[in-house]
Amino acid sequence: MSSLSTTKLSVSIAGKSVCDELDLDLDSGQTLGILGTNGVGKTTLLLTLAGLRSAETGTIKLFGDNIHSLDRRAIAQKLGLLLQHDHDPFPGSVMEATLVGRHPYLKAWQMEGPEDRQRARASLAAVGLADFQQRQLATLSGGERRRLAIATLLTQDPEVMLLDEPTSHLDIHYQIALLNLFRAQSQQHNKSIVLVLHDVNLASHFCDKVLLLYGNGEAEYGNTRDILSAERLHRLYDHPIIAIHGPGPLNNNIFLPDFDPQQ
Amino acid sequence: MKSVSATAVLSVLLVVSAIVLLHALTIGSVTTDFASVWNALWGDAENTQQRVILELRWPRAASAFAVGGMLALAGTMMQVLLRNPLADPYILGISGGASVGALVSMLLGLGTLWLNAGAFTGALLSMLLVFGIAHGHGSWTSSRLLLTGVVVAFAWGAVISFILSVAPEQQLRNMLFWLMGDLSFASSSRSLWLLLIGLLLAMPLARTLNVMLKGDLQAAALGVSIRPTRFKIYLLASVLTSLAVTTAGSIGFIGLVVPHMLRLLTGSDHRTLLPASALLGGLILVFADSLARSVIAPQQLPVGVLTAFLGVPLFLYLLQRGNRITRHE
Repeated sequence: MSSLSTTKLSVSIAGKSVCDELDLDLDSGQTLGILGTNGVGKTTLLLTLAGLRSAETGTIKLFGDNIHSLDRRAIAQKLGLLLQHDHDPFPGSVMEATLVGRHPYLKAWQMEGPEDRQRARASLAAVGLADFQQRQLATLSGGERRRLAIATLLTQDPEVMLLDEPTSHLDIHYQIALLNLFRAQSQQHNKSIVLVLHDVNLASHFCDKVLLLYGNGEAEYGNTRDILSAERLHRLYDHPIIAIHGPGPLNNNIFLPDFDPQQ
Repeated sequence: MKSVSATAVLSVLLVVSAIVLLHALTIGSVTTDFASVWNALWGDAENTQQRVILELRWPRAASAFAVGGMLALAGTMMQVLLRNPLADPYILGISGGASVGALVSMLLGLGTLWLNAGAFTGALLSMLLVFGIAHGHGSWTSSRLLLTGVVVAFAWGAVISFILSVAPEQQLRNMLFWLMGDLSFASSSRSLWLLLIGLLLAMPLARTLNVMLKGDLQAAALGVSIRPTRFKIYLLASVLTSLAVTTAGSIGFIGLVVPHMLRLLTGSDHRTLLPASALLGGLILVFADSLARSVIAPQQLPVGVLTAFLGVPLFLYLLQRGNRITRHE
């Protein structure tokens, strides 16, 4: 079933086109990777898809409803967003910060119940922060903050998860662990996942579909296997890319930058 | 730092508030003991004493409690609205507008009623002005609101200095007292009800405030309608500040520091923070006012002088305690 789709979506920022008449269609259980150079508008597109920014033209549908016809609370029950940066100017505990993910489901006077707490604990455990419940936010490292933000999103438990660079600040172990976590979310819980990524190989391995943003409004969208090629990535990143036939059962290519393009 | 449980904090604050209020009723030109205060409140007592307590001391103590509570409540909300730990109820120029209104009334030689009306009008005027300019066209961000408010506050500061420099000498002392924060004009306990109403209006927003701490975008992604919510917070905090300033002038420090004290003690859940700040703000101001009336009796100090004297060491102690525990974890 189509969870998130766009029709003739045109988005621009500061007079520069991000995408032009883009048609996307993401089903439940599918993962989409968005690739493009710095400043090409990946975050802008993600915010637009979340209904937090208006598009020039076109419509975005969330489970068949025009996203701009839904109120924020209704959207938040179905769609969650992991932002690139988070910043907590005030003290607070990790548990408190995670429980905020239940906000869209609770009424104004309602307190979080045992189920909400259980969900928050499970989410913290899933990102390796099980023992951090009482820790103060100020004592967390960059990677721990990132994982806390992901735990908050898992606590929110929306059907569609939009993730802006989920692997930033994370070491290799947690990059792979978290992408596997999101893969489990899509495959076992039928979630739709949209990832902005900088690592082509992570996209190649974890995404069913990819969207390449070239920065002039031009975009290419399709199945990962069909779209990712050394030639396209060369054009996308304006840097020579070498494709190596990868090991393993998936038969994916591994893409490496040409480390010494002058020669 | 392990946070203290919400129920424990609120119960302790309630008990201490009651004690501080009772204590305030014993202090005055004639010192009264607790027993007589009790009798005056609930039973028979000698007539004049009862009247002194019920008609002079109680309204003043109740106003002090309400003003302190309103300031702390408004401060908590302003800090979230602006996502700035340095924000206080006065940062957006409300006290400046109120002060100009009050000083103009004094300059014209109008009575207390007009003084209150002038202060409240000035505060509301300032609130609308800042909101109108910051709203303008385009986005209504924290930094835009903050800058607009701070600049408008500077403008009010200039007007205040102008009024002080042209005011006749015999009015200067009254004006300065008002500016420093002074409860001697407070003569009615009904502001206590206003504090309660303010708290009841703020409580349904409490969990939303927790989400707003994460920033506007993240809050929107978690289901908060940002514009109406920000407007509600701004309106509520501003009206509470206006009421407080109208009753007692610009009492500093409470609105800035009480929220921080409680964040250090109980964490960042506003469902605890809002009622706790109303109580702690109230009881600190009542206690400070009791001291202000008794330290150099029969003379009175402006209570604003004492809030900082009491609050600064308490706050620094909590900050130290917080640091130590966080570091050792």
